[in-house]
Amino acid sequence: MFGLKKDWSLDVLPRYFTLEDYEGAIARWCPGCGDHAVLAAVQRICRDEQLLPEKTIIVSGIGCSSRFPHYMKTYGFHGLHGRALPVACGVKARRPDLHVWVATGDGDCCSIGAGHWLHAVRYNMDMTVMLFDNNIYGLTKAQTSPTSRPGQRTNTHPFGAWLPPLNPTLATLGFTNVSFVAKTVDWNPVHLHATLDAAFKHKGFSFVHIHQRCPQYTAKIYEAMQQDPSTILLLNHENGIQLDPAVAGMYEHQMAHDPLNHNEAVALAGREDLLPIGIFFQNESRPRYEQVTTIGMEMTTEERIAGLNRELDRFAI
Amino acid sequence: MAKQDGNSHPGAPRDEHSTMVHEHIVEIVSDSGEGAQKCGVTFGTVSAKMGNGAWTVEIIPAEIKPPSRSRDGASGIRIRLGDHEITNMGDAADLVVAFNEQVLYGRIGQGAYHEGTVVLLENKWANDPSPQIRQAYADGVADFHDRGFVVHELAMEEACLAHTENPKLGKNMFVLGMLCWIYQRDVEMTLGEIAAIFSKKGEQVISLNQKLMQAGVEFARERLTYCFNVPCMDVDHELLVMNGNQAVGLGVMAAGIEMVSMYPITPATSASHYLAASIQSVGGFVHQAEDEIAAVGFAIGCSYAGKTACTITSGPGLALKMEFIGLAVMGEIPLVIVDVQRGGPSTGLPTKPEQGDLMAAMYGSPGDSPKPIIAAATIEECFHLIITARTIAEAFRTPVIVLTDAGLATGVQPIPRPEPCEEWLAPPVDQSPWKQGVPPYDWDEETGLSPRPIPGQRGGEYVLTGLAHTGQSKVAYDPASNIKGLEMRSRKLAALRATLKPPKIHGDDEGDLIVVGWGSTLGSIEEAVDRARADGYRVSSLHIRFLWPLEPGLRDIFMRFDKVMTIELNYSDPQHGLMMETQPGRPPHLALMLRGRTRRDIDYWSICQGLPLRPGQIHEVIMDRLHGMGLTGNEPQPVEAAMGSESCSG
Repeated sequence: MFGLKKDWSLDVLPRYFTLEDYEGAIARWCPGCGDHAVLAAVQRICRDEQLLPEKTIIVSGIGCSSRFPHYMKTYGFHGLHGRALPVACGVKARRPDLHVWVATGDGDCCSIGAGHWLHAVRYNMDMTVMLFDNNIYGLTKAQTSPTSRPGQRTNTHPFGAWLPPLNPTLATLGFTNVSFVAKTVDWNPVHLHATLDAAFKHKGFSFVHIHQRCPQYTAKIYEAMQQDPSTILLLNHENGIQLDPAVAGMYEHQMAHDPLNHNEAVALAGREDLLPIGIFFQNESRPRYEQVTTIGMEMTTEERIAGLNRELDRFAI
Repeated sequence: MAKQDGNSHPGAPRDEHSTMVHEHIVEIVSDSGEGAQKCGVTFGTVSAKMGNGAWTVEIIPAEIKPPSRSRDGASGIRIRLGDHEITNMGDAADLVVAFNEQVLYGRIGQGAYHEGTVVLLENKWANDPSPQIRQAYADGVADFHDRGFVVHELAMEEACLAHTENPKLGKNMFVLGMLCWIYQRDVEMTLGEIAAIFSKKGEQVISLNQKLMQAGVEFARERLTYCFNVPCMDVDHELLVMNGNQAVGLGVMAAGIEMVSMYPITPATSASHYLAASIQSVGGFVHQAEDEIAAVGFAIGCSYAGKTACTITSGPGLALKMEFIGLAVMGEIPLVIVDVQRGGPSTGLPTKPEQGDLMAAMYGSPGDSPKPIIAAATIEECFHLIITARTIAEAFRTPVIVLTDAGLATGVQPIPRPEPCEEWLAPPVDQSPWKQGVPPYDWDEETGLSPRPIPGQRGGEYVLTGLAHTGQSKVAYDPASNIKGLEMRSRKLAALRATLKPPKIHGDDEGDLIVVGWGSTLGSIEEAVDRARADGYRVSSLHIRFLWPLEPGLRDIFMRFDKVMTIELNYSDPQHGLMMETQPGRPPHLALMLRGRTRRDIDYWSICQGLPLRPGQIHEVIMDRLHGMGLTGNEPQPVEAAMGSESCSG
């Protein structure tokens, strides 16, 4: 870190990036919003990894959390509601050299864009997807989201939401070709950072379900969890996240879970007594779509013209 | 007209009784799966190789395997060949080979035949075990005679039995042989085509099919008392034979588009089928997305990252893509969108042509969403306009919609071979550092144009947003920024318009009537106009390729004609229909647009029949309008008289 190596010598980089180099506009999220913590964690990872800002792209949809790219000083694509994933996959398809991050919310990803979610998991293109789950539509002012809890009062369900909430972690684990699923909480910056860091380093589609507080509309939802760490089950493993013991010590309930164990991951994702956080599943051996979408990129102009002429020959009479 | 053996091809079978014709329209109709299309395509290819103009169009039922002997299940092919360039499917067929009488009814319902059409009809149904079928066949034959068709009942299938146990599969090549005789085709060349078609199936299959074809030649020679000679043209350039969707596919490759992102939809998909099998020759990729929205989103992501991309769709797909197309306009993302139009609204007529998407293409995205829209009028243009669209998309930093339709998609025609060049290909991604201090939208006040930072360009980092934004791509809610953005995006269309030339007029520069068309109707309109002109009428036509921005000079051209009318393949209210006394009916797309843009009174005629427009149909409309203008008479006016008859109009 900071170019300082273990033998105290300095690795002088031609370009060295500080946190500031990744800071865009001042975040306009509400004070106390969980998104601030995620932004800080991502900027830290960019700095720690010394990602070239020009080679980094944040793609988002529409919603509070989808304002994320504006607060970074990298390339960004703030597109349509629900459509971050097709755009991100398109970016990666012929530009494997770019680092792609996706910011999407529970409405964006799991409702209007749900069709893209399962297919993007299947494509398994190398990107880090952050699901900001605050159980509510914030930007449009408190409508029920697919993860809203039964009884939760919203502007579209003033007498309480009725449907059982969707479980994005569990759902993602069920999609074909899933390669990385983790869950974290915005109020534990150490765990948040460690989880996103593991997700970023995973080669493939890394899906991070972030429980994120909305002080405006769902302030109470995570309050108990935040105040009482015994409601949380910390997953740790030598292949998973190894938290600083000082932080890990907060958690009464801990469990060693091997991220290769898919069955156990599914069982954990369905638990309702405790909230498990950590890496549920990771398998880097799954095929990645960019392995085929990038084929032919190196072809020269002469080769292309020759190829085209061969194609035209097929129609010659 | 009959002439002994005109300019016949050296390899053609000789018959001293052949009648010379300038053109002929042939159809082969059958149940689905009887190989009529393979027969027709081969016949068309041989004709084109021999130097005839040719247009081939498949007759495709909506179902994959409809029940046999059903009228709606008519499957087959039409080939129009001539001693001149053929640009459309023509009017009624001169000769049809039908494998049963019911499928013929399917085509009669579409006005495919007229009195005098020669019908070569399979006669095995006369002895069918089913009395209902025997009766239906007898009734059909009697009815065809009543309609004035020249019916020949032929035992084609029986003749095939001498060579194959399953004539249902081999009959098509037998018919090809018959047509070879009737139209004096080069037998050796046809045998060679058969060898090429079946090259993957082995020697045995090739030789069987060649035998069947030769048996067909003999069969026709013995039983038919006539044959035709369609003189050949001298072809001095290399020709390719393809349909409009294949031309789109080749255009995509020639334009250097690396990513084709699509979702299956009729009739666009065959373009993607072709590309999926071929684009690796130029190093590209076809992505089949999870839905139409994802298809355009994926292409947009690819393009944002600096790689050229396109999406190919049809009406319902275009509707689904509209929000993303609006984003591409707002964020100024280059993108080529091909819309192979089909009958609408909703699922409509998926396999049939219609020019019903123009307004949707123009105004389908909410808010002000200007983007270039160009329409291909010929199969050749399906190729070249993709290259044009790609170039415009990048130069003007905008999505471009290319409209074709099901008629072009399935029509097959010989076209001059294009010579690919480097300029057609997209330039490589610019990764040089971005010039310091230049905003991501450094709009030129006059043209609205601005250079585009591409991810990887150091110093060019910006956030593309669909929200109203400043030149710095910063979200802005203030009136001035919003107005500025709208103006700059619109100004790009004005800048593009400044580069366009007025359309060429087909016919004289002034006259009584000018017919205006767009898209696939070019060939039929010009043929109809030529017919009227040959009769001395002062009619011209022009065809619009650039619909948005609209080609310049139209108002000036229109001023030189007493009447301007559009002819379109889409819906408009009948002009004298019910409820039209108190309010004018709804005009078709182009007429509506031209009225606004040229401030001229634009007459129109359009029809939405699920069929390509026929030249005869258009000719009738033109004559009706001319007669309505007082330019009437039992005898067509000679050219001289018409020239001095300006006072007759109005």
